[in-house]
Amino acid sequence: MSFIVDSCIMFFLQAFFFAGGWLFFLKILYKNYEVHHTGVLLVFSTTFSLSCTMFVLIIFEIIGFMDPSSRYFHWKLQLFVILFLLIVILPAYIGFFVISNIRLVPPKRHVQVLLTFVSWCIFLYFFWKMGDPFPILSPKHGIFSIEQCIGRVGIIGVTLMAILSGFGAVNYPYTSMFCFIRHVTDAEILGIEKRLMQTMDMIMNKKRRIALANRENQRSASQNLGGGLWGMLKTVTSGGSSENISQLKQETGAMEELSRQLFLEAVDLHTTQERMEFSKTFKGKYFNFLGYFFSGYCVWKIFISTVNIIFDRVGKTDPVTRGIEIAVKYLGIQFDVKFWSQQISFILIGIIIVTSIRGLLITLTRFFYAIASSKSSNIIVLCLAQIMGMYFVSSVLLMRMNMPLEYRRIITEVLGELQFSFYHRWFDVIFLVSALSSIGFLYIAHKQADTESIG
Amino acid sequence: MAGIDKVKILVLGDSGVGKTSLVHLVCHNEPTTNPSWTIGCSVDVKLHEYKAGTASEKTFFVELWDIGGCTGHQNSRQIFYNPVNGIILVHDLTNRKSQQNLRTWLAEVLRKDNKTANNGYDYDPEEFAGNQIPLLVIGTKADQAETIRDKSKSRTSSMAEEFGADQFDLDCQNVKYLSPGSTNAVKLARFFDKVIERRYYSREGQGHYSPPLDRRRFKNSHVD
Repeated sequence: MSFIVDSCIMFFLQAFFFAGGWLFFLKILYKNYEVHHTGVLLVFSTTFSLSCTMFVLIIFEIIGFMDPSSRYFHWKLQLFVILFLLIVILPAYIGFFVISNIRLVPPKRHVQVLLTFVSWCIFLYFFWKMGDPFPILSPKHGIFSIEQCIGRVGIIGVTLMAILSGFGAVNYPYTSMFCFIRHVTDAEILGIEKRLMQTMDMIMNKKRRIALANRENQRSASQNLGGGLWGMLKTVTSGGSSENISQLKQETGAMEELSRQLFLEAVDLHTTQERMEFSKTFKGKYFNFLGYFFSGYCVWKIFISTVNIIFDRVGKTDPVTRGIEIAVKYLGIQFDVKFWSQQISFILIGIIIVTSIRGLLITLTRFFYAIASSKSSNIIVLCLAQIMGMYFVSSVLLMRMNMPLEYRRIITEVLGELQFSFYHRWFDVIFLVSALSSIGFLYIAHKQADTESIG
Repeated sequence: MAGIDKVKILVLGDSGVGKTSLVHLVCHNEPTTNPSWTIGCSVDVKLHEYKAGTASEKTFFVELWDIGGCTGHQNSRQIFYNPVNGIILVHDLTNRKSQQNLRTWLAEVLRKDNKTANNGYDYDPEEFAGNQIPLLVIGTKADQAETIRDKSKSRTSSMAEEFGADQFDLDCQNVKYLSPGSTNAVKLARFFDKVIERRYYSREGQGHYSPPLDRRRFKNSHVD
């Protein structure tokens, strides 16, 4: 009986998140586009709702809601469905859209389906091969087991997570802290705009001359239609315009390139000025303060990752238990360890889940706005759904380390005997690489912008 | 070149609707191959015969300013909006949202004096009723739209009626849509004539629609 009640609760939650994903897709991602294929919308919403319900199951583990056996069943079911989505449906759908967009392919439906199947098999082969250099294969399991699939999905997802966190940890302080904002005066902006308009005037001048020259050539060509040899000589010597059209076109091309550069500079200056104005507001100051906090966190995280890698250390205890230990031993605060560890881990895990979902959705939205066009919007959205699914599955994997031992059990049971320590090490390595290269890139970009603004 | 007057027409629309292809088709009578995203503004010019075929026929330069539609560049676009004699609004027939966004574009241009950013929600039809700038609405990708939706229930007229503008649809890759003598070519020529008339032959006599309060400190060295 309780199983049916629990299933109803899960179904209701899934429907709720499905609606959330649907709304997000329509109102935010596809703000400027029309939906032609409802299938894309369905797949995206399903991936989103499955990922979110997985997180909800973790929360249920911690607070002890629902029967343990039904929780276990739903865990397995969810995992199976989301893996099926990530490995079978999404790649096939992406392949189908890519193939139908290529012009060489005839528009017959069965040809496209056949090519999609072939491309999916190629994807599957590479997906399998990718797991070979990593210690995923444990001799206890067969070839086509869930653990194999999760292991591979986990690698891709953890790599993505580490790259995004590394970049985000460095970029967020850079964009929100005042000391990095260059100072831009109104005179600078006016100067650039004046140069831009002068360039546009010059381009317009040349284009007018080209248009006039073309018209002259057309008129003289039509007048000399029956000329023969003498006619041709006449056009060369007297008729037609005296303008060298190809040279004008070349000059115009160069000026247009210049105008683009000037425009981009103007955009940059305007954006910097907007940031300057934003920094004077209350919200700006609040973000600036957060920026200091996060830059401290970023430095600590880089340090810890380096230490972990050098000393080959994997954290055995989670931050909650360790924090409580410290509080009890050194600060002498006495409290009910079991009760408080449950509450605190609930809050901590909840915060981590919410911020990672929100952070990923914001990043995906920005990415989508930057590169989507009306032709490629379907493919890009499906790729984003794939990234989102892999990201969330790996979050579950990595979250295991943040939870006290008694709650880790369910993840270990469900995900099977994966080498969790390997994933944490892999995360640390990629995080370090990503953070350091982001620092390098931002430093170079900052220096370049500084030297350009002087010149 | 001395003695030929010019008018400036803006070509506006969302990113990817086909403004650059359209401008190329109008000015050079041939389709483009795969243009890349317009950054900033790309200009082109066409020699147009005002009142062609009558005694008072005169040649004018029609400058088409094709403004790039990237949302990230919005803060720097106003520099191109002043002055303007005519506006062509372009939307994509396969994407209904691009038509709805035309209101935002029109508001952006007509409010260029106002530095506060507006996001389309402030669109008030009354405000634009007094608009004197001639408008034209063009729908692109007509060939693809036929395969996607039933053309009989086209809702394109609503937007053009709202603006009080003329409108037509075409496919920028096909020259026949603008062949001389076709309805589309006639509408386009009529639009150009209207722009020239309002610029140079308007009843007020001053012959130049200038924005009511130009608060920009930047003295435009571009002489009209």
